[in-house]
Amino acid sequence: MYTASDLRKGLRIKLDNDPYQITEFNFVKPGKGQSLYRCKLRNMITGAQFERTFREVDTFQPADLREKTMQYLYKEENNYVFMDMETYEQIYLTADQVGDAINFLLDNLEVEVLLFEDKPIGVTLPNSVDLRVVKAEPWAKGDTVSGNYKPVILETGYKVLVPPFIEEGEKIRVDTRSGEYLTRVKE
Amino acid sequence: MSEGRRLARKKDFLYLRAAVLAAIRRFFASRDYLEVETPHRIPAPAPESHIDAVPSDDWFMQTSPELCMKRLLAAGYPRLFQICRCFRGRENGDRHLPEFTLLEWYRAGADYRDLMSECEDLVIGIARALGRGEEIAFKGKMIRLEKPWERCSVREAFHKYASRSLEEALEGGYFDETIAFEIEPRLDGERPVFLCDYPLSRGALARRKPGDPAFAERFELYMGGMELVNAFSELTDAEEQRRRFLMEEEERRAMGKRSYPMPERFLKALPEMPESAGAALGVDRLVMLFADAADIRDVVAFAPEDL
Repeated sequence: MYTASDLRKGLRIKLDNDPYQITEFNFVKPGKGQSLYRCKLRNMITGAQFERTFREVDTFQPADLREKTMQYLYKEENNYVFMDMETYEQIYLTADQVGDAINFLLDNLEVEVLLFEDKPIGVTLPNSVDLRVVKAEPWAKGDTVSGNYKPVILETGYKVLVPPFIEEGEKIRVDTRSGEYLTRVKE
Repeated sequence: MSEGRRLARKKDFLYLRAAVLAAIRRFFASRDYLEVETPHRIPAPAPESHIDAVPSDDWFMQTSPELCMKRLLAAGYPRLFQICRCFRGRENGDRHLPEFTLLEWYRAGADYRDLMSECEDLVIGIARALGRGEEIAFKGKMIRLEKPWERCSVREAFHKYASRSLEEALEGGYFDETIAFEIEPRLDGERPVFLCDYPLSRGALARRKPGDPAFAERFELYMGGMELVNAFSELTDAEEQRRRFLMEEEERRAMGKRSYPMPERFLKALPEMPESAGAALGVDRLVMLFADAADIRDVVAFAPEDL
């Protein structure tokens, strides 16, 4: 159990049956008054943010969160299907729960699935993934101006800006946190 | 950042801090105050519901030097000041350190109004000693030091700034939240503000206001929206003091907090204490003000995280 004085930025607590992460934290104490802990919290399931002030007598349960390595299998209607690499059990995440990771999910990719009280609620990708370019305008010879990026479409359907020399059929490495092109991958 | 670089970046603030301390001492010496030192480790802190003493063996680190200084006052020392370290458990934020420097002073024959004037003179005197003019730049605003500073009662402040009246806040248990989030941020204007006349329940060691017994003669000085000084006309009635301590103890028990032994030797000395007033000023915050620092950690060499 946590008390209010344990609160700090980044801490994950259970509140009204949902897991929350503290995204901003401020300790305030008017003279001779009680300690007040003003927090911004993000609901780790819905993403909703709100502000709340706690008092020194408030107590909290830690959020029972853990990550498990799983393999992405396929998309089935509106669900994304992952397989637990230890038990071979299959779990389902909705598009909302997968979030921006949709742009980089390739069959058989190993990811970390976030579980809250053993229920899957989200997914963390490796920091970068390698994806094939399926559509690109050809390189106009002579166009050597650096910084002159062009849009391409990757095999997941994700659109990204790349340097002009990247050709259709090539593989590139993408940063999954920023969504940006990192480098060309030699095969 | 390396230790050497971290401390080198604080050089200006540490020199400023030393100059502030020297100016405080000169100010009080010029007014015939005696500088005293009292023990940091004490057997019984003043019971206050929201101030937690840090245990040290079976004693405590002082939360303020108040009780020992009042015993000196009772013994016939009429003007006293002390600059010392105080310790308050679990207070840690951009304006709080669990170990901080307090300036505390007491004056026999004075009341809290006299100390308001003395606060004005003290801060202006320090500004002059530092070679500053009549203005301080703090958090992008100018604070003008010209006397007199604003006096505003707690009741007026609720009326002017808060979403609820003082009575509603007290009944609903929202007094601290309203002060912290609705009133304090508004006390950041050009003129420093003495917020005065607190509800009696918010001044455990303060004298009742004659003619208005629901209030205590207590003030807090705010500069740039930051609380800098807390002061009282001191309570000298030992029986009432004991009752107030018992109420504070009761509140501590209700919150599941550790109880403190009754400070009996202080209560025994209290009837000898002359009518007087006392004030406590957060020295780290005063340095923040002159340094235009946003975080109390900027003006100390070592915060807990650096140890």
